[in-house]
Amino acid sequence: MGPTKLQRGRAADYSGSLAKVLIIYGCIVLLAALQFIVAYQHLGGRATFLRMFLIAIVEAGLAVTFFMHMGSEDRKFAYSVAILVIFVLAVMQFGWTDSFRMERGVPGSTYSSGPTQ
Amino acid sequence: MSQSDMTMGTHPAVLERSSPFAIPTKKLAMWLFIIADAATFAGCLVAYGFLRNGSPNWPTPFKFSPTVLNAMLMTFILITSSLTMLLGVRSAKMGDKRAAVRWIMVTAAGGLIFALLHIREWFGLIHEGVGLSHNPWGDPLFGAGFFSITGLHLLHVTAGAVALVIVGARYGGGGLDADDVEITGLYWHFVDLVWMFVVPFVYLLNVAK
Repeated sequence: MGPTKLQRGRAADYSGSLAKVLIIYGCIVLLAALQFIVAYQHLGGRATFLRMFLIAIVEAGLAVTFFMHMGSEDRKFAYSVAILVIFVLAVMQFGWTDSFRMERGVPGSTYSSGPTQ
Repeated sequence: MSQSDMTMGTHPAVLERSSPFAIPTKKLAMWLFIIADAATFAGCLVAYGFLRNGSPNWPTPFKFSPTVLNAMLMTFILITSSLTMLLGVRSAKMGDKRAAVRWIMVTAAGGLIFALLHIREWFGLIHEGVGLSHNPWGDPLFGAGFFSITGLHLLHVTAGAVALVIVGARYGGGGLDADDVEITGLYWHFVDLVWMFVVPFVYLLNVAK
């Protein structure tokens, strides 16, 4: 007699409809295409970056939830992963003040001042 | 039930605790690896952002043809390979071994095509004079940033394609089960997910004006 379901752990549910999978795939492809369109709108550095970043976040959310089936895993697990990843990403952002300082050419910087591209 | 009953092995099934978060151990290990690898890629991309933001002459050399067109094709291939991987995992879970192996091999082929397109692009850039410490357009760190991030991703894609071939063959031969296919699929989806961030930050923010 093999291990019980409790012992093996609950598996993610892969029995959903194929149509749903294809719709999610289509959404991800369209979002990727949207990023290419945004690139050629020439909105300026910050606006372009923010739009692309938001689109990438939505794409990643769809991929994690439906392709990686995080949506059908244990809720505690999903929240633990999300909180851990967001925390690590957030603390990586410490260096932006330095990069802006270099860009604007304060005394001691080796870069000349000027706008970002 | 008392603590002594448990330690004396009276009810062996009860001694087996459910795995953390009700998730199989191997799958949990793969998720932990994915989280760590995501942090690695995030660190690389954020550092790239620091360099790009701090540079007054960061080049924007990528023309629509061939670079952006190539990036479009590579993105489509990778997203589609994620779909085929999902179809493979579904087939494996439903017990259709032949279909599962077929989809896994299609996924591996997609990964290899992606890698070949990527290497062709690299040769094109190298031919134009881009290196790790020099390029004909601007900030010398442009090449280092580009090759390191795309190279790390290419390494993951290549290793993933090799792993898919091995897992597909062993699953077809009966040495692995559907859970192993699912776990390999998680890795492949992660590789696709990273590309969704690499394309806008490394390619699309540097398109030629």
